[in-house]
Amino acid sequence: MAEEKTGPEEARAPEGGGPASSEAKPAVAIAPAPAAAAPVAPAPVPVAAAPVAPVAAAPAAVAVAPAAAPVGSPPMTPVTPDGPAPAALPLGRSNTIGPGVKASLEKKTAGDEERGLSRRSFMKWSLPIGWTAFSAAVASSLVASTRFLFPNVLFEPPQSFKAGFPAEYNVGEVDTRWKDAFGVWIVREPEGFYALIAVCTHLGCSPNWLAAENKFKCPCHGSGFYRTGINFEGPAPRPLERARIVLADDGQILVDKSVKFQQEKGEWDKAEAFLKA
Amino acid sequence: MASSAPKSQPSFLTRTWDYLTETQIWKSIFRHGMPATNRNRVLVVMTNVFLHLHPVKIRKSGIRLKFTWCMGGLTFFLFLVETFTGLLLMFYYRPTEAYAYMDIIDLAEQVPLGVMREIHRWGAHAMVITVWLHMFRVFMTGSYKPPREFNWNVGVILLVLTLLLSFTGYLLPWDQLAIWAITVGSNMARATPLLGHEGPGAQLLVLGDVKLVHAGSDARFALLGGRFVGGAALLRFYVLHCVGIPLVAGILMAVHFWRVRKDGGISGPL
Repeated sequence: MAEEKTGPEEARAPEGGGPASSEAKPAVAIAPAPAAAAPVAPAPVPVAAAPVAPVAAAPAAVAVAPAAAPVGSPPMTPVTPDGPAPAALPLGRSNTIGPGVKASLEKKTAGDEERGLSRRSFMKWSLPIGWTAFSAAVASSLVASTRFLFPNVLFEPPQSFKAGFPAEYNVGEVDTRWKDAFGVWIVREPEGFYALIAVCTHLGCSPNWLAAENKFKCPCHGSGFYRTGINFEGPAPRPLERARIVLADDGQILVDKSVKFQQEKGEWDKAEAFLKA
Repeated sequence: MASSAPKSQPSFLTRTWDYLTETQIWKSIFRHGMPATNRNRVLVVMTNVFLHLHPVKIRKSGIRLKFTWCMGGLTFFLFLVETFTGLLLMFYYRPTEAYAYMDIIDLAEQVPLGVMREIHRWGAHAMVITVWLHMFRVFMTGSYKPPREFNWNVGVILLVLTLLLSFTGYLLPWDQLAIWAITVGSNMARATPLLGHEGPGAQLLVLGDVKLVHAGSDARFALLGGRFVGGAALLRFYVLHCVGIPLVAGILMAVHFWRVRKDGGISGPL
């Protein structure tokens, strides 16, 4: 039973076969408490000193590899049994150690410690590394999921378009031919052209051009705009925005909605807000 | 069990009943017999995944209509109605620009029981009303006070989710009212601090000359999947309306009911 409980760990297996009687086994496995106080107390000290142990064992190794065996790279040669014995005791997980156990523990500690693989140091590094890796995985999947919501290609009309030749527009008219496709009115005045963006400055609906009343009227909440784009009635807080309007190389009018001109910022006076005829 | 007289033979129904209740199938489903004793009543509640969210015992005052108005229960009932009718509507409705509007018309005119969509619509309106009244009742009875303050906050989130369900469902008919209502509603997201391209602080997020938060990268864009309310917005709202928000709301509802039980039962003084 006790052997099954202690599992496959080699260090424990000899306990059963060792000098300790079978009656003593449960005492070791189940109730280490009474005698535990003594070994527990010194435990932290030798563990802290554990890296020193190879150094202490170094004189034994000196015979083989003389003098400056750097501490940073402990020798991989097996340590002689009498070398690390003091370190083995506190590392031991049981307080009754027979000769067989002692030997196996020594063997184990020697190998493990030289590779820095004691359980304590393993936990010391694996926990922060594990949590860091886990947090990084969670954070990066959050970033990836957010990025997923922003497509690379939009199936929307382009922001800029060619609106035909200037001669196709009648002076004094508000031209609505591009309103459905691109959301822009092109107004032809005697001096030239300007492009009004058909988005109400109140809450973003599309106003309509009412030629009979000579105004833009928004059906949502009743905002009204003069043909210049200046608001004069309803809840709209500011004039309509104008888009960049220039002549393309082929002589057509080019409208670019990504560049906007706002009257309240004095931007309607800028060169590309108005195309001189 | 019906005949106590020793001589009379038990009737056919009695024998059938006795046989049925002894079968393995029956006993694996109903594990504790009739809830006729206090012990069995407790066991029936405790061993049922749905019932166990509720307390085994409640105060008499807890079931008085005057006390609770049954508004929380009605809200939950309406949520179930919406889930069921919504599931049925999903068999006909296609969330694309080409089909959405005509599918809604067909649901009213071609599909049997065209009233189904109306039930879904009116149920949604009623749910918004009952959830507000529920909140009002909880406020008036002081049921937001410790230790129920956590559940008050869960309830506030559920209220917001109810409104978002209403908002996302509003777009699905894909008529002029829907499109412009969502245009107006989603324009508010432009003004989100930092995350909206017209919101405070957004102009601070720049890399050299490049604006990081613009009309093609802000919160509104993520919601609509585009710069205006189009096909992408319809699909996103559909998915949020049918899966995303109900899923979160369902989980929070389980928490909400469980906390009612754990924080001293329904609507009584502590």
